[in-house]
Amino acid sequence: MTQSNIMPGFRPTLAFTLFYLGLIVLIPLSTLVFKSLQLGWSDYVAIITHERVVSAFRVSFVTSLIASAVAGLFGFIIAWVMVRYPFVGKRFLDALIDLPFALPTAVAGVVLATIYQPTGILGKWLIDNFGVKVAYTPLGIVVALIFIGIPFVVRTIEPVLQEFDSTMEEAASSLGASRWQVFTKIIFPNIFPALLTGVSLAFARGVGEYGSVIFIAGNLPYVSEIIPLLIVVKLEQYQYSGATAIALTMLVVSFLLLLAINLLQLWVRKRSGQI
Amino acid sequence: MHVATHPVGDTQGKANPQALRDPVWVRWGLTGIAILFIVLFLCVPLGLVLFQALVKGWQAYFNALVQPDAVAALKLTLLVAVVTVPLNTVFGVAAAWAITRFEFRGKSLLTTLIDLPFSVSPVISGLIFVLMFGAQGWFGSWLSANNIKIIFAAPGIILATLFITFPFVARELIPLMQEMGCEEEEAALSLGASGWETFFKITLPNIKWALLYGVLLCNARAMGEFGAVSVVSGHIRGLTNTLPLHVEVSYNDYDAVGAFASASILAGLAVVTLVLKSLLEWKQSRERLAY
Repeated sequence: MTQSNIMPGFRPTLAFTLFYLGLIVLIPLSTLVFKSLQLGWSDYVAIITHERVVSAFRVSFVTSLIASAVAGLFGFIIAWVMVRYPFVGKRFLDALIDLPFALPTAVAGVVLATIYQPTGILGKWLIDNFGVKVAYTPLGIVVALIFIGIPFVVRTIEPVLQEFDSTMEEAASSLGASRWQVFTKIIFPNIFPALLTGVSLAFARGVGEYGSVIFIAGNLPYVSEIIPLLIVVKLEQYQYSGATAIALTMLVVSFLLLLAINLLQLWVRKRSGQI
Repeated sequence: MHVATHPVGDTQGKANPQALRDPVWVRWGLTGIAILFIVLFLCVPLGLVLFQALVKGWQAYFNALVQPDAVAALKLTLLVAVVTVPLNTVFGVAAAWAITRFEFRGKSLLTTLIDLPFSVSPVISGLIFVLMFGAQGWFGSWLSANNIKIIFAAPGIILATLFITFPFVARELIPLMQEMGCEEEEAALSLGASGWETFFKITLPNIKWALLYGVLLCNARAMGEFGAVSVVSGHIRGLTNTLPLHVEVSYNDYDAVGAFASASILAGLAVVTLVLKSLLEWKQSRERLAY
């Protein structure tokens, strides 16, 4: 099936790739399916509809949704400023945006918990001035997920903004459009698909996030317990089937949500005439 | 699940002439919001790690770092990285070679499958190895009969880390090698160079920065992974705790200096990663301009 070219090494590299992929990724992942199949349908439904599981799903998806929306707003502003406005120290701040990618999640977790706990520097200020408690509430989960999500949004929008053809802007302004009209009618519709991609990446990452969340969340069942933590709790109680059923459901639901977002994106692009 | 991790460096720093038509208050306001957000959400956490580590002085900091559990955790973390990074690097190069230098059926499926570990929650990445090698797992009874420990031991931690860092090198190389094409390699081969000679003298010099970049990201994640490792490790002090797990255990024991001393090592690793990353991006963009 190779091309009629003279490049060597097709068989060994492809064989190694497939062997290693199977060994490290596919066979281990298939355990999820096989383990779930051992479970009867009624057992599966009983596990998934348990009140504690349902509320963990609600906590995980609602906090990720809010956090990715906030990350979308601020990520858009940051990308906009980084690409369009000159200011001192820009290179340094731009490099810093990748910090959540590079910082181990456990470190992010303990440091965010320390900052936002009631005696922490920002936690104390927020309680004293606004009476808002962040750490050990669902709000803490949102804060951790904003931290994790921000680079996804910025790094998805930046290249699109950079390549944006400013002659369209010039044309619109010379025809008498105001800056605000240029932004809402020309720039934003062109950036919107990228924004949607960034937000959905942040959302997908947020649903599965564990390390940065568990320290700040308080992990109260029914209130601030996230799905990944519930999987760990089940495992610690040696309830392998329960953990697997929850894990598989989480994978499927995330996959369906991403599919829906991709379809939405396709629709947006079609409407704005990009394809 | 692709994120463009390379910000396009060339045009940064130059003002966009259109942007300067934005009213001054808009420009200043948005810049202010962006800077405030970055300082509050990114600078403050980074600074606080160092502050908390040193809050009781240098002596306490060093004592926390040289206590046996912390040293054992550091050693295990290094061991995990030393095993996983080379394996995934070899895989990344082989996969990129097969995918970008040949046409075959199922290629796009293969590319998608390579990225799969990115879309799986870290906790699930640990769970699947427990399902395979744990006491009730597929090989559980055979392993215990032969007295082999994988889960709650170093092999399990290494396997989970291999899974988590699986795509890092491959996904940096595949787009680059696709873009490069293979004319140079074909020329070398037709002039009589062997396959290995062609790889080492033509391909490797062309992909070296992207390869280093992938290795760097792979290493950062291998040393810093928490969720997957936490599930398979069992948290046995001095034995199966990696540095991130040591941070967790110390923090939960109210040993703030211990937790943040180890955290400062990991934060240092993150900063070094970011600096090298910026440097590599700069090198890469310069070489692309030179083409």
